[in-house]
Amino acid sequence: MAPTTEVQARFGPSIPGTDPSAPLLAVEELRVEFRTRAGIAKAINGVSFEVNSGETLAILGESGCGKSVTAQAIMGILDTPPGFITGGQIKYRGVDVLKRSKEERRQIRANKIAMVFQDALSSLNPVFTVGFQLAELFRKHRGMTRSDGKKRAIELLDLVNIPAARQRVNDFPHQFSGGMRQRVMIAMSLALDPELLIADEPTTALDVTVQAQIMNLLADLQRERNMGLILITHDMGVVADVADRINVMYAGRIVEKAPVFDIYAKPSHPYTKALLESIPRVDLKGQQLNVIKGLPPNLTQIPVGCSFSPRCRYAQDVCKADPPPPLYPVQPGISSACHFWKEVRGDE
Amino acid sequence: MSDLVLETKDLVKYFPLTRGILFKTKYGDVKAVDGVNLNLRRGETLGVVGESGCGKSTLAKLLVGLEKPTSGSIVVRGQDTAKLSGEEMRLARRNIQLVMQDPYTSLNPRMTVGDIVSEPYQIHPDVAPKNQIRKRVHELLELVGLNPDHINRYPHQFSGGQRQRIGIARALALKPEIILCDEPVSALDVSIQAQVVNLLEELQDELGLSYIFIAHDLSVVRHIADRVAVMYLGKVVELGKDTEIYDHPTHPYTQALLSAVPVPDPTLRGHRDQIVLQGDVPSPANPPSGCRFRTRCWKAQEICATQEPALEPRDKSPHPSACHFAEERDVIHATQ
Repeated sequence: MAPTTEVQARFGPSIPGTDPSAPLLAVEELRVEFRTRAGIAKAINGVSFEVNSGETLAILGESGCGKSVTAQAIMGILDTPPGFITGGQIKYRGVDVLKRSKEERRQIRANKIAMVFQDALSSLNPVFTVGFQLAELFRKHRGMTRSDGKKRAIELLDLVNIPAARQRVNDFPHQFSGGMRQRVMIAMSLALDPELLIADEPTTALDVTVQAQIMNLLADLQRERNMGLILITHDMGVVADVADRINVMYAGRIVEKAPVFDIYAKPSHPYTKALLESIPRVDLKGQQLNVIKGLPPNLTQIPVGCSFSPRCRYAQDVCKADPPPPLYPVQPGISSACHFWKEVRGDE
Repeated sequence: MSDLVLETKDLVKYFPLTRGILFKTKYGDVKAVDGVNLNLRRGETLGVVGESGCGKSTLAKLLVGLEKPTSGSIVVRGQDTAKLSGEEMRLARRNIQLVMQDPYTSLNPRMTVGDIVSEPYQIHPDVAPKNQIRKRVHELLELVGLNPDHINRYPHQFSGGQRQRIGIARALALKPEIILCDEPVSALDVSIQAQVVNLLEELQDELGLSYIFIAHDLSVVRHIADRVAVMYLGKVVELGKDTEIYDHPTHPYTQALLSAVPVPDPTLRGHRDQIVLQGDVPSPANPPSGCRFRTRCWKAQEICATQEPALEPRDKSPHPSACHFAEERDVIHATQ
């Protein structure tokens, strides 16, 4: 399957049925559950969002809130079983990828959507050189020869600022430091010029100075290529630095959607508000840390009504009854899944 | 000074690098901790920050006596613990206890909470009479905010934050004066971190504890510490009160480190002084000559390669800073 045109040589085969005016990625009412021995864990319970080119969407949440599962469902790398997509649509440029054939889904996630994982050491294959693993992408998806693939691999390592790329291309993953490995992962994800990049906790395992390098690199590359970026993280500091819009997740639902400036200035959901009050800031002294009581719910027994209500200081009887609060429109661009968003925001 | 509870003098720990299987020959050292002078007063929290590989965990192991120093001394209440042996060491250890990083691996999954928290009394039977142990464990669990009825549960039945509380209860069992916290909250979720940080602060007020708080998260350290030591490649490069370090840093490494910490406030985006360091931390087996930071420093000159800067107050730095060109630079607040 030799590429026929120049466009295909760079971007891969085009996907039939795509509409260039549709949003880059639209997730609608996505539901995922894990069928385990301990019961059915409802990891994602109706999540909808959109990302456009050149935009950075942050999905913020604690462990177990479903943020990584969302990414896995989009990429089609959910472990099935036990994980199953039980409802919803994942649309790339208007095409529901869940309805397409296996081969087409493979084309989309190879050429259009790419992902950077958290733990670079366990995501890279320890028995192959970095150059081989990068060149493999070009050989499989672009039909290049080994030597051409290697040339492209060197270019990619240069792109992500790895010094002496020509020599390092023959190194194995363990010969790289943590930050360098994450650069290799980024190089790998950019190899086939994707339109959307999903970064799942890309800097969590790294030191702060290295984190700053990696986030700067991601931001530069995104700007140059006008990519869409979904940043999945629990770190409210990193989000404040790079995101355009934020979706806050809790127990498999999006509880608040807002542009980055609004959410930090005036959160509309009690969970977001409590999170912001519970993190220490490096530039403030003598801060009172507000504690969120209790624990996130067990996903096999999500509370009826609003899943945050057992920990919420605004909760009343209506919150503890089904149906859970919908995403109320607060302002254009802001929505909050809380019956009492007005009280939370403090506007009457 | 009577309220000095711990002091280290020129503390050094080298790990030998060896070659060969039968005839091992030493060809170098990993200089994990290389001449650290610190002191800790009663009721005070000393934060130790630095990136991975800077020697902060080795320092923790030395302080609690899990490693023997290559040279130097650790003086706890006038007694050099580095020179103690056997029985004396066992007694000295009561006074300085450790809270470990990962509450998932630092608790034995086959022991109940009661067994874990009472284990210190098995090792030190003279601290509490046998019939009192159960009562003490109850008190400890209450103290750290756990339900004493859960004494017969196993660690897997608890969440991460609760497990860290079990670890703290165990550290408190022998009524130590000093608690060493090695990354106590870095494995926890944000909403749980604050619970544990607040608990540590309450316990300090209640029991008059001194903490050495080792962490890579500078925001948490700012919140809890009274004084802060910044480490780089086995050495303390800057030492001062929290406001001196955070608001008036003078060492270039401290400045770079602080400028890289993301602040959860999007309005500061682009308005902070950002220093992005190039490259990685050099190997501690072969650290640069002179100032160890010079290979990544934008101020480095010839003198930095030849003469090692001492950790001392300087003209433009009222608190100790190990840089020939120490000068204040605010990196965490908005500049424009």
